[in-house]
This record gives sequence, structure tokens and C-alpha cells, in this order.
Amino acid sequence: MNRHLISAADLSVGDATGILDTAEELARLAERPIPKLPTLRGRTVVNLFYEDSTRTRISFEAAAKRLSADVINFSAKGSSVAKGESLKDTALTLQAMGADAVVIRHSASGAPHRLAEWVRGSVVNAGDGTHEHPTQALLDAFTMRRRLGRLSGLRVAIVGDILHSRVARSNVWLLQTLGAQVTLVAPPTLLPVAVDTWPCQVSYDFSAVLPSVDAVMMLRVQHERMTQAYFPSVREYSRRYGLDSDRMELLPPHAIVMHPGPMNRGVEIAAEVADSPRSTIVEQVTNGVAVRMAVLYLLLGGSAGAEPAAAPAVAPAIAAASRVGAAR
Amino acid sequence: MSAGARAGAEGTGARAGWLIRGVRPLGGEPADIVIEGSLITEVVRAGQATRAAGRDLATCEADGLIALPGLVDLHTHLREPGREDAETVASGTAAAALGGYTVVHAMANTEPVADTAGVVEQVWRLGREAGHCDVQPVGAVTAGLDGRQLAELGAMADSAASVRVFSDDGRCVADAMLMRRALEYVKAFDGVIAQHAQEPRLTEDAQVNEGEISARLGLVGWPAVAEEAIIARDCLLAAHVGSALHICHVSTAGSVEIIRWAKSKGWRVSAEVTPHHLLLTDDLAYGYDPVYKVNPPLRTAADVAALREGLADGTIDCVATDHAPHPGESKETEWSIASFGMTGLETALRVVHEAMVNTGLLDWSQVADRMSVRPAAIGRIGRIGRIGRASGHDWTSGHGWPVAAGSPANIVLYDAAQVAAVDPAAHASRSRNTPFAVMKLPGQVIATFLRGRPTVLDGRLVR
Repeated sequence: MNRHLISAADLSVGDATGILDTAEELARLAERPIPKLPTLRGRTVVNLFYEDSTRTRISFEAAAKRLSADVINFSAKGSSVAKGESLKDTALTLQAMGADAVVIRHSASGAPHRLAEWVRGSVVNAGDGTHEHPTQALLDAFTMRRRLGRLSGLRVAIVGDILHSRVARSNVWLLQTLGAQVTLVAPPTLLPVAVDTWPCQVSYDFSAVLPSVDAVMMLRVQHERMTQAYFPSVREYSRRYGLDSDRMELLPPHAIVMHPGPMNRGVEIAAEVADSPRSTIVEQVTNGVAVRMAVLYLLLGGSAGAEPAAAPAVAPAIAAASRVGAAR
Repeated sequence: MSAGARAGAEGTGARAGWLIRGVRPLGGEPADIVIEGSLITEVVRAGQATRAAGRDLATCEADGLIALPGLVDLHTHLREPGREDAETVASGTAAAALGGYTVVHAMANTEPVADTAGVVEQVWRLGREAGHCDVQPVGAVTAGLDGRQLAELGAMADSAASVRVFSDDGRCVADAMLMRRALEYVKAFDGVIAQHAQEPRLTEDAQVNEGEISARLGLVGWPAVAEEAIIARDCLLAAHVGSALHICHVSTAGSVEIIRWAKSKGWRVSAEVTPHHLLLTDDLAYGYDPVYKVNPPLRTAADVAALREGLADGTIDCVATDHAPHPGESKETEWSIASFGMTGLETALRVVHEAMVNTGLLDWSQVADRMSVRPAAIGRIGRIGRIGRASGHDWTSGHGWPVAAGSPANIVLYDAAQVAAVDPAAHASRSRNTPFAVMKLPGQVIATFLRGRPTVLDGRLVR
């Protein structure tokens, strides 16, 4: 694996499978009385969040703490990117404090790339603007694999504001790598103009797509898109691209419904769909911790200075990690 | 080169002039050039200069070098007044001289904006004091560049700066009515409106060319149509009112087609392309280094090919640098909040050499045409003698003349045989935001003469 996790497109099949396999081992840890490993003891993980995202931040925080890392939460929200300390100066500060990994959430696409030039530690992209959110894609893949047993050949529809979605981008690249077939569903205004260069299908007709998918992933649609003329009204959007219980009936019996959260109930997803047995929304949150543990573990655990984790409880995870190493 | 040659101040030098030996005018046969005072008095086959005999001329050994007329830039941001941390008239014109330029047009988006006679005269005087090259101020089209009310175009035209080119560059004159009026108004003094073609609503918060790269990088796209729609509109407006339109920094294949069509109608439309749009493509944005952030954005390889072809066939009249210096902190940041722009004066000729000459699209006489003759004509700075109503400023004129007896001695000597990596630290510009850093480019400017006076010798600035 690379030193950083910035884009899902950078992951090879071996990298991605290794992360998912490691996450599987680490997920079992959660069932133990003390769900904690000493692997990253003495290592420092900084959560550098320029955007509000409590759910992603606490997920990374829980992941790092379960690996015994020291966690520093650096909320830069409010110190706007346009004024106050620059990202470069913040990076140099974190570098001086000896951060082994920086988990960054930022409203500007590409901020993690810039950060990686200024810090020596690993950079983990926790969502950058409208670019990527690779750990979300990994936890989505993990969830699909758990529920549906495989990823290769899986048919996945991603529905909603593709143009502005970092989740969609990361999922397109990762699912392509892992052999799934992706169909993007959106009004034409919410698709990038060059979407035909992406390794996926595109449809404007949600209902036509539903009968032939194994998983449908709903994206949050933001109300301000309406004032920017991406669609006429939230009601019309919801009618054409929302997943209500009638549309859910079109899905094959085994198909699952996913959402990265936070949801707009009644807009892109009806409440009864979100709460149905098909929904994996709560599982996705749970799985997020295991996947992020696996990412931190593989980025930091293998490098010099890591604790030689010898406790029996971690043996399976270590074994998984060495398999990743072999696949590099 | 005769390193010991002294560079006297204009008209008061110890020597009567210069004998440039063995140089190849426009890349042709070796010749000797005699400069007396501010004029070229002889250009003959090497070793046969007759006017050199008995005269006290400084000698410049220029075996193998190419002589071109002093370059003319229609599009330079000198930043002074207001942003002297990025560039000053002195540092920007030093960069220009080192790049082979003898005159630059200073864009109006300074602080305060060059929208009055007072500001354009100040910039003009600063250029004269610096002495590295002529500075021809461009006036703003609208007061404060705010796109609402015409600036006092006539007062700027009548000022000592004799402004003929007007532009809100950095912003588009988006209001069609205002654009029409501006085009009409400048007919009274043979002015030209230089349009920054960017439909504002189609480019809100735009960051990179809209296409595969913007989609992939999750950066807001700057669609080609936002440039092309304004160019089409303005060509029609210029035709309707019978005025002169110049299009700044053309960047798309579609723009080239529209301009070709407008010219085929006989309309008074001219256009420029920047060196960076002739060489670089939008995929450089991978990695999000804002040194590649520029407005208009870098486009695709197909656009680059169309721009080269357009410059070669004359559809695009000239190369203009859009030299846009920025301090380090404006670029060492996230892409979306970084400033737009690239420096270009010190690399322009080398980039054109690489993109146009080494590809066989232009020969050196055509390079002279695209980088000196035509931009001088568009900028109305070709004439010798007094221009405008104010007196005593004929020194700003006389650019874009051929390297021939009788021409003002504005000459650049260029060594086309060299190849070297671009070193931003060595640039005279105050800013380092060149996208060509580390890139190997051919050629080096060895000397620049401004009306007989060397501003650059041995590749170094003459102080």
C-alpha cells in the first residue's frame, strides 16, 4: 500500500482486498470484552477537520483509539481556509508535533494532496470537497461484501448528486477495481459532463435500473442545488430520483439499500425504506470503524517503530496484514 | 559576445553605436548589423559592413545567434501600483528585457485600477524611469473594472500615456450593451477593446477546464463554451459597430474556429494566445499544485493543437504572455483558494521556440511576426514620431519594425542552440509562479537592444 490513502483510485485489487480482509479480522475484535489492540501504542493520529463531520471524526477517533494510538482532534472549522493560518502552516505545526498520521476532512478538493507534500506522516483523506472519500467507499464495499458475499460481478446503482459527490467518485473507482458493475443514476444536470469517460454506466431513469441491481446507494441531495437550477424543486427531484417504498418493490428480493448519511428522509429516501430490513445504513456506520482501523493499521502498523504486537488476540489481524504485504 | 562593451545611456553613450557581427536576422544568413544612435543603419552580409569603418562602435560578437525585432507583449500584469509584493514596474520590465521584450502593455487591474489618466500616466512614468523596456499602459474599459460604467477612455487616450488598448482583463465586460458602447466609443481615437472572454454565470467558482479532469478531480469546471459564447457575441458586436476587437488569451479550439470565421468576414478582430496555452494541458492539475492554476484554464491536448494551428495560419495574430506574478503564499495553498496566473515574460520566447519552431509550425520570421510585428500593430505602437496630443513622448513608439536599415534599433539576440532547465530562482520577476520550473526548454536570450541601447547583454540585465 502507498504511504497515504488519498484516492480510492490509487488502491490496487490487492490493497483494497487487504484492507477489507483486515477490517474483517478487526471487526471481530469488537465482539471481545476489551475491544482494543496495542498495535499503534505511542503513535499519534491527528484528526484535522476543516468541515463539520461529527460522524466521520468520531469514527476515525474510535478506530485510532481501539488501536491504542494517541488521538489529537484539531478542529479548524471557523478558522476559515481563506483567512487565518494557512494549511501549509498548520501542516508544519502538526509535523513539528510528530504526527504519524493526519486524517483530513476539508472543503477544498485536493487539500490532502497538498498536505501530503508538507507532512512526513501518512495522510488519510476523510473527504475532500467534491473529490473523494475513500474510507467511505471502503466501508461501503465492506458492507456489500458482508451482506452479499462478494463484490466481483455485483451490480451497484449510485443515485443522486454525482457531480458534487466525493462518495460517488470513490465508489466508482473502488468498485471498478474490485470488479463490480456500477450504474450512476441522476438528472443530467447532476452528472459531470465527462462522465462518459468513467468506468460505469449512466442512466436518467431510476425505475428502469432498479430491477437489475444488487445494491442501490442513495446520495444526500442538498437543498441549495435547487436554487442553482440543478433541478426545479425538491418535490420533483424526490419523485424522479427518490427511493420510496413503491420503487423499493422494483428491487430484486436480495438487494440492499445503502446511504452514506446523513439522510434527508423524505427527499432522496423515504423513512420506511431507510428503516426497512434491506437498509444497511446503521451497519455502514459500524463497519466504518473496522475499515478505518484497518486503514490506520496498514498505513502505520507495518512501519518502523510499531509495537511488535504479540498478543494472541491480534494474531489473525497480523496474519491478514502480512497477506496485504504479499499482495503489494 | 563582447563582454567589455559598455552600455551607454541612450543618446549619451561613449560610443556612437554598435556593430553586431555574424548574427542571423530572422534565422537567415549571417550578417552584420550596425546601430547608430537609436536606429539600425546597416544590415549586410557578415564582414561587409561599410558604416563601421572609422566609427567608434562597440562590438557584439553574435556568431550563430538569431536576431529578431524586439518582442512586444500585449498582455502583462506589472502589479504596480498596489501589489508591489508580487511585482513592480521595475522588476516586471527587467523580466521583460531578459525575455527579449522591448515593450510591454501593462494591464489595468492594479490597485487603484488604471481607469484614469492619472494612473496610466503614473505607470507610464514608472516604466520610463526603470528603463528596461517601454511600458504602454492599458486602460480599464469600465470604472473600477466593475462592469457598470465606462471609464474615461478619452482622457486616457489623450494622456501622456496615449492609451489605445482598453481592457477589464481579469474580468469580462459581460454586459452586451456596455461592450457595444465601449467598442463604438474608442473608434474616435483608433482604440481597441481587448476582451477577457469569460461568461461569468457559466464560470462561477470555476477552477479547471470542464471535462475529464474536472470530473475526476472534483473541481468546478470552466467550460469552453463560456469563452466561445462571449467571443462570438463580441465579434458580432464589433462587426455591427465597425470597431476593433481584440480577444485576450484564446484557449479553446472552438474559439479559434469562431475567430477564423469572423476574420473571413473581414471584421476587425484580432486575437492572442499565451505561451502556456501553447504547451501545457489540463491534466497537469492532477496533484492539485496551483502553479498550474490559470485563467482561462489549461485545456486539452486537442485545444493546444488547434491553438498552435491557429497561430501558425494567422487566425491567432500573436503570442501574449499574460504574465501574472503572485507571491508564494498565493500559490502554496489549497487549489480552490489559490490565485489564478503564471509568470511568462522570461520564458515566452523559449516556449514558442519549443511549441512552434521545434514542431515546424513557425519559422523565425513568423515568430518575429507573431511576437513583435503584429502585436505592435494591434497595440498601435508601431509608428515613429509623436502620437496622441501630448507632446514629447514619441519614445514609446517604433516597435515591431523589421531588422533592417532605417528601423528603430529594437533587437533581441537569441541563442537557439541552447537547452536548459528553467530556474525560477534566477528570474528577475519578483514572483516564482512559473509552470515551467525544472522543465527543459530550448534557447536563451543573449541580448536585448532598446532603441540602440542594450538592456540585456550576455544574458544579464544591463544596469
